[in-house]
Amino acid sequence: MTGYILKRLLSAVPVLIGITIIVFLIMAMIPGDPATAILGSYATPGNVEKLNRDLGLDKPLVQQYVIWLGNMLTGDFGTSFALNRPVLDEVLERFNATLVLAGTAFVLCSFLGVIAGVISAANQYGAADKGITFVVLLGISIPSFFLGMMMILFFAVNLRWFPVSGMWPIYGDRTLGVLLSHLAMPATALAVVATGVIARLSRSAMLEVLRQDFIRTARAKGVHERGVIWRHALKAALVAIIPVLGIQAGFVLSGAVYIEIVFQWPGVGRMLVDAILKRDILLVQGGVVFVAACYVVFNIVVDVAQSLLDPRIKT
Amino acid sequence: MIAFIALLARNRLALVGGIVLVLVVLLALLTPLLPLADPDVTNTSNRFQPLFSEGALMGTDHLGRDLLSRLMWGTRLSLAVGFAAAIVAATIGAAVGIIAGYYGGRTDNIIMRGVDMLMAFPYILLALAIVAALGPGLLNALIAVAAVNVPFFARNIRGITVGIANKEFVDAARLAGLSDKQIILSEVLPNVVPVIVIAMSTTIGWMILETAGLSFLGLGSQPPQADLGSMLGEARSALITNPHTSIVPGMMILIIVMSINLLGDGVRDALDPRLKSGALSRPMAATRVDRAHQPPEAEGKGLLEVKALETQFHVKDRIYRAVGGVDLHVDKGECLGIIGESGSGKSVTALSIMGLVASPPGMITNGAAYFDGEDLIGMPYGRLRDMRGRTVSYIFQDPLATLHPLYRVGDQLIEAIQAHRRIDKVAGRDKAIDLLKAVRIPNAEKRISDYPHEMSGGMRQRVGIAMALANDPDIIIADEPTTALDVTVQAQVLTILDDLRRSRGLAIVFITHDFGVVAQLCDRVAVMYAGRVVEEGTTTTILDAPRHPYTARLMACVPELGGGKRRLEAIPGLPPVVDKLPEGCAFADRCDRVQEGCREGNITLDRVGGHGVRCLYPVGQDREFAE
Repeated sequence: MTGYILKRLLSAVPVLIGITIIVFLIMAMIPGDPATAILGSYATPGNVEKLNRDLGLDKPLVQQYVIWLGNMLTGDFGTSFALNRPVLDEVLERFNATLVLAGTAFVLCSFLGVIAGVISAANQYGAADKGITFVVLLGISIPSFFLGMMMILFFAVNLRWFPVSGMWPIYGDRTLGVLLSHLAMPATALAVVATGVIARLSRSAMLEVLRQDFIRTARAKGVHERGVIWRHALKAALVAIIPVLGIQAGFVLSGAVYIEIVFQWPGVGRMLVDAILKRDILLVQGGVVFVAACYVVFNIVVDVAQSLLDPRIKT
Repeated sequence: MIAFIALLARNRLALVGGIVLVLVVLLALLTPLLPLADPDVTNTSNRFQPLFSEGALMGTDHLGRDLLSRLMWGTRLSLAVGFAAAIVAATIGAAVGIIAGYYGGRTDNIIMRGVDMLMAFPYILLALAIVAALGPGLLNALIAVAAVNVPFFARNIRGITVGIANKEFVDAARLAGLSDKQIILSEVLPNVVPVIVIAMSTTIGWMILETAGLSFLGLGSQPPQADLGSMLGEARSALITNPHTSIVPGMMILIIVMSINLLGDGVRDALDPRLKSGALSRPMAATRVDRAHQPPEAEGKGLLEVKALETQFHVKDRIYRAVGGVDLHVDKGECLGIIGESGSGKSVTALSIMGLVASPPGMITNGAAYFDGEDLIGMPYGRLRDMRGRTVSYIFQDPLATLHPLYRVGDQLIEAIQAHRRIDKVAGRDKAIDLLKAVRIPNAEKRISDYPHEMSGGMRQRVGIAMALANDPDIIIADEPTTALDVTVQAQVLTILDDLRRSRGLAIVFITHDFGVVAQLCDRVAVMYAGRVVEEGTTTTILDAPRHPYTARLMACVPELGGGKRRLEAIPGLPPVVDKLPEGCAFADRCDRVQEGCREGNITLDRVGGHGVRCLYPVGQDREFAE
């Protein structure tokens, strides 16, 4: 097991390097002088020259990349010009908020999606199946930012069940209850699309598994249909579902950008959009690399979970 | 193409989606011709007019611009950008995929590594990075969304191309001296285009959503130009005071994306051949029973008595009569063999007894199976489940497929016990070890925590037998349990079964296509052909003097050890397809003794003593006459 985890961690190294190369190349596409772009309209010629020297932008591309990578490895992601603060500090702080939001949404969509898919498959062509299929279709078709706005209108403004936006109230205690009431709507809105996708996949994975011989064996043993569905079929179907959960985590993280804007959530997505509009290039660069790296690590966790579930995966 | 559209139209939801989409696209195309207000003319004295107000059907926005007009122009722009992004992504992705797939080797390796790297990003990070580098704007948003989707197309198309590049017609083109470029354009591309179209139909809704999303964030279309996303983004600040300015563009995005998704699902279903045959149906907990007649009464023969059993498979408009009226019985401690070629209905007969025939498409349409006087067919599910494994249990053919791959064999055994009585973990484990010992698995205490894939085929089948024994059943139905095993293991498994029968007084129904196995194990044997029993009697009489020509021919197929030079005779022809059974004897077409009258009416199973045969001119009869 340890061997498998180590092997998987090692295999992530080239991916992480690849990610930094891609981000570096995209940033190299910035038209004109990057230092001017970074400093924006406030740039004086002196400042531009100094920044170019500081960032090593006067050197050849390969050397620039090595310097940049080396700096990041020592924890130096540069300084945000708009915020006048180290990029890493800002990213870490914002990423916490995103983790709370996206993490909750991810747990929500994984459970709801799988359960909906299983119920749908177990009642194929029945009323529950048709109902779930329709809701799922609606869920994957509605833009999450529009859904979020409608939820604000209905649940926050009309019913006054939840606060309109934000992560914490401006005044008052920061308790778990307060956080949950702020979290309920954005996490739900964020989870909807992924729930739909996971429900669809779980349904077809279950239908595939339910036709297998070992399901007939379970029935022949006299196992109750509930056990056949939830123990035998679901466990085998999870082998196909779990890798998709890993992919969906990326979509949840992506959707978080919209939801953070709609609900004024102080996360890394909103930070990135603000940074782009302010042309705070180093903050964008650092944020993208950091979140992408976290996602790669998360996918290793998914792979390990998969190998725990399926003993046939040899280390 | 017409057939495809007809197939698509049969899917009502896809049809609705298609119609809505066509309407929206038509409206978007006609927008410049419609008598609409100028979408960009501001009139701040006239802002936030409600729906259905004078001169503005959908009201006005925060700058007093006509919402209907802006909606139409915005829809036009969103559709155009979404389609453009899809086409760009598909073109570049297909080009990359074809090059990687066609050239293979290092080219492929390097390209696909790059594609994998791109797919390692949550897509929006990549899109945001691209927009950050190029600057906000609709064209840049389009580039970003297209770029993010290129890897998806590249990977799909590469897979297809690899398959095509190894086909004979590509080799032929190469031998004909065509250049790589010519081959790609004339041989590969035409075969890849349909895949590209399908991939586009499933992603285009997504791309419209994504470009709208970037515009919503303020990174796409810039004012005064507006697509649906930026309309929604601008309306957000007035969400609470004037919700209709948000709802109008939001609903439009929803309608467009939903209609595309409906249509896309329809396209996929129409093209997926597996769904066409209905093969993806889930088998229900028990086989459907829909008996046309009152089932025949029990005669009190044996412990299990099957009467006039008919099981059919309904696939589309066809009805396959897999079992067409079978009578069988087996007594306590007795072993009944059921023998026949594949497709003769022997397995379906056996599975019908406890309602284990996959349904849909299976259905029991007639007959009864009496266990101790109680009819198992059509029994309420709760009672049937309780009898499964406890009174009648099964051993199946391929133990790798029939054991759950992700549970330890011990847990599967314990579960079988727990299905019928309360037993704690320790006692369950002890009982499971006893069961494994009973089927002579060496080192049972250790083997109990093996997974099925860690065992040999013979060991797995022993686990299968142990599981069938878990609740001391009265009857074991063994469905070709030794077919997947090699000969020495087969002999061991048969010995185990025979011993168990003698020591526990089990009744065994043994299904096989192997006369050698029948001779070794069975007291009586029933020969099945095309869903019916054609001959039945004690093993010795049937082996010594088969009367049905089919039985005789079937036995002639078996090589005899030390039997000297004897011609092995395969039976010419194939068994009839059970959706078009001929009248009279189903074997008539393959029989060398066929005479007039064989193809008429219903031929009954005539009994002389304990020996029944369904034949007008049975083997051996002429000899008797001659004597």
